[in-house]
Amino acid sequence: MTIHEAELKALMLASLDGDAASHRALLERLSRRLRAYYKGKLAGIGRDATEAEDLVQEAVLAIHIKRHTYDPAEPLTPWVHAVARYKLIDFLRRTRASISDVPIEEADAIMAHDDNVDAESTYDLKRLMQRLPEKMRCSIEAVKLDGQSIAEAAERCRLSESGVKVSIHRGLKTLAAMIARETPT
Amino acid sequence: MKTDELVALLSTNLEPADRRSVARTLYVALAAGSIAALGLAFVGLGIRSDLMTTRAFVFLVMKLAFAIAIVGLALVYLTRLARPGGERKTPSFLVAMPFLVIVVLAGISLALAPSSHWDKMIVGNEWLECLISIPIIAIVPFAISICAVRRAAPTNLTRTGAFAGLVAGGVSAMAYALHCTDDSLPFIAIWYVGTIVLCTLAGAALGPRLLRW
Repeated sequence: MTIHEAELKALMLASLDGDAASHRALLERLSRRLRAYYKGKLAGIGRDATEAEDLVQEAVLAIHIKRHTYDPAEPLTPWVHAVARYKLIDFLRRTRASISDVPIEEADAIMAHDDNVDAESTYDLKRLMQRLPEKMRCSIEAVKLDGQSIAEAAERCRLSESGVKVSIHRGLKTLAAMIARETPT
Repeated sequence: MKTDELVALLSTNLEPADRRSVARTLYVALAAGSIAALGLAFVGLGIRSDLMTTRAFVFLVMKLAFAIAIVGLALVYLTRLARPGGERKTPSFLVAMPFLVIVVLAGISLALAPSSHWDKMIVGNEWLECLISIPIIAIVPFAISICAVRRAAPTNLTRTGAFAGLVAGGVSAMAYALHCTDDSLPFIAIWYVGTIVLCTLAGAALGPRLLRW
């Protein structure tokens, strides 16, 4: 457990400083752990395991959007666990299951297993993106999908550079909210 | 969508994150809420006119110390609760200390006074005004605190809402103290404590609805 903790925390600290490769490695490794965690949880309460991938992506998005709330003075595992568990409870509440079905567990449960199946969620990114306001859609497409710099995106979307950054941030939040609303009941 | 695609999207052109933003946002919210509350109390109620007398001054300082102690402690807890998992290391009983102190002091002051004075000490002149003013003045600071907490990621929404309400109630009591002319410890122990607790309960009730993310 401590090996995971030390490695993942190092990746998290680097990603907070803006290191894209570390961020990618962190999200990849966390998504495998989240997949195993959610599959186990959903199976435990008799739910369809295919819903697990929706939850994995919700949690990955949440970890990305809320990464500034991680306090570097604290270990990473409990933080990830709290986000993952919050998203699980939120998901079950939305889909009308009982929260009392979710047993209390140790934070380490989140790091216990790895599931590497490359799965697909029910969300269609292209379709969700179409529903974003123009500024947000354009900024995310330019910077996040096409890999353009902020300056290039600003020109392409006719926004200021800070406008592009704000649009990306708001756009990802809006996407996360859409995903949360889209979940089949 | 494949999870790998999402991870790739989120990692492309990553921006650094501001690690201090949670605490800073809450401090700014507290400052803004205090200004709003003081402004409303000043314009809507006015400052008590007898401030030059020693007795009035002593009681003002006592009320402010009580309110500031609550706000300070509540803000420390709110800053923790705003982060995922923050509720795990947050035994909240310390925040009850200012309440306990004021209740004990009120009890002593009642015990020392003749019972014929008790009515006046407890009910004061303006209990109704206090009962109405503190929750009303708390509305704006509460809204600002909730906005600030929403930018973070609380995972226990009821408790986080309660502490946002407690901060707002404390800020409001601080502002109302500038106007309030009821100078007795039992008055503070009943009406100030009561209204602040009311704000806290309102926050706890609203938290799950306002703070979801």
